[in-house]
Amino acid sequence: MTGSSPLAIEATALVKDFGTTRAVDGVDLAVRTGSVYGVLGPNGAGKTTTIRMLATLLRPDSGSARVFGHDVVTEADVVRGAVSLTGQLASVDEDLSGRENLIMVARLLGLKRPLAKARADELLDAFGLTDAAGRLVKNYSGGMRRRLDVAASIVVTPRLMFLDEPTTGLDPRSRNQVWDIIRALVGEGTTILLCTQYLDEADQLTDGIVVIDHGRVIAEGTPGQLKASVGSGALHVRLLDADQRPQAEGVLARRLETVHLESDPMGLSAACADADLAAEAVAELSRSGIKIADFSLGQPSLDEVFLALTGRPADEVTAHQTIVAEKESAV
Amino acid sequence: MSTAQTKEPDANLVDEIAVRQALSSTPRPPRPSPFSTVLTFGWRGMLKIRHVPEQLIDVTMTPVLFTLMFTYMYGGAISGSTGEYLQFILPGILMMSVLFTTVYSGVALNTDLTKGVVDRFRTLPIWRPAPLVGAVVGDSVRYLVAGTVVVVVGVILGYRPEGGWIGVLAAMLLVAVFAFGLAWVFTTLGLLLRSPNAVMNGGFMALFPLTFLSNAFVPPETLPTWLEAFVDVNPISFVVTASRGLMDGTATAGDVGVVVASAALMTALFGSLTTRLYRRG
Repeated sequence: MTGSSPLAIEATALVKDFGTTRAVDGVDLAVRTGSVYGVLGPNGAGKTTTIRMLATLLRPDSGSARVFGHDVVTEADVVRGAVSLTGQLASVDEDLSGRENLIMVARLLGLKRPLAKARADELLDAFGLTDAAGRLVKNYSGGMRRRLDVAASIVVTPRLMFLDEPTTGLDPRSRNQVWDIIRALVGEGTTILLCTQYLDEADQLTDGIVVIDHGRVIAEGTPGQLKASVGSGALHVRLLDADQRPQAEGVLARRLETVHLESDPMGLSAACADADLAAEAVAELSRSGIKIADFSLGQPSLDEVFLALTGRPADEVTAHQTIVAEKESAV
Repeated sequence: MSTAQTKEPDANLVDEIAVRQALSSTPRPPRPSPFSTVLTFGWRGMLKIRHVPEQLIDVTMTPVLFTLMFTYMYGGAISGSTGEYLQFILPGILMMSVLFTTVYSGVALNTDLTKGVVDRFRTLPIWRPAPLVGAVVGDSVRYLVAGTVVVVVGVILGYRPEGGWIGVLAAMLLVAVFAFGLAWVFTTLGLLLRSPNAVMNGGFMALFPLTFLSNAFVPPETLPTWLEAFVDVNPISFVVTASRGLMDGTATAGDVGVVVASAALMTALFGSLTTRLYRRG
């Protein structure tokens, strides 16, 4: 049906307006076949709109996009034959059972009835949903719903899969399960475009990231490159006693630059690239009688990257960064 | 069947190896035909009725109430006897009960749109109008249920079709065909209005006057001339005339043809409008 294009997604200057609001304002994307690409940005940045244009659900107002070399507008049907979408609202039918959902999708993809049933059972089993197979999806937990959603997306293995915030609202355990599934998909060669507002998620799963803000790409690179662009790493310290934090802040400020107080009343961090310096600072804290629960020296998080890129935190999502920003502007 | 057990069983639920196997195991089959796709969506509609059989209460209770109320309230006043009036209005009640259920097609579509599953349908490589056509085809089962209830209640109360059972079946089928066409008007409404409630209200606001200001319940000759003029051109009157004719065994091909033609017209016009709106999202 299609030749093998080196690029799974190739978008040029995509624009989409909703009334007077420009949701997407000239987004360019190039996603290599076989990679996991992250689209990162706060709520309302234009991530979902971008994904919906690429998945043929919305028509771009201007610009163009190709999926495996096929135009998403003029060859929408071919594109639909190669992609699947797991939306922000789980794209499953709540009024049917999990098994019926999968049979329905299988039938719509052209599997004969017995094969569709067998396929549904195989997927339910692989995704740990066999016990819940006959239950209506509206009675599923959030994690089960997402797993079913992903299962429905791979009834026939897509060449490209759009995952729009697949773990938003999930508890950590369910989130890890979804991550495991994504890794398995990648292992089988499916290209993935992952929209997320969790910087941690992009860091964990993707080979490349674009950061989108106000409908524009504001940065692009590997997670490592983006972190490097922010500069040094940071020392994170967590105290046993919140009352000692002002004292600890004083000690760290003498040794290191820019000390941040974290939203966790027992946590603080300071920019620091050098392990020896960090060790000294920790030793100093200890000598001053400050009790430390734990400490770590790490690369800057993508939260910090976002802050550095936009001058503001990655929205309400990361309350931690919001507080840091407020402290900074207050100083 | 569906127990209210919402807690997940505690185990390592996702087996990565099994997921990988599941991934590689199915090659892409050839695309299904539009017909088979429509049937799958019809099947989806049936499943919903099976899971929530209460949905059929409206469809079955309303006709029973209408038949009983109209016959015993107005029978004496309008026709001099309940038996004679029943003979006159039963085709009208059949029409009304079935057409009222068409509003639900629009309501169901509007409800669907707020759910993520529509995104799934829109990203599948299928014949685009299939979800809509399938839903309306599935709804036709409701129309037939409503129609059957009316006729059964009517017969219990003493209705005797002079056109025989063939006539009754033909009338039911004709009303269902018209309902299929009319349903597209409400699916259009379902895509234009904001909430399922708005569709419901809008639908009934339109249908109430249209069904009552027809020849379904009173002979039009008894009406003021300006109202009679309206009743004579009301499309619903044509449906009633044709189905009454079929049940009485007096229908002409013209009576029936006009109804089938208007159903076809509505399907063509509002069917394509619905499809266009649905595609636009």
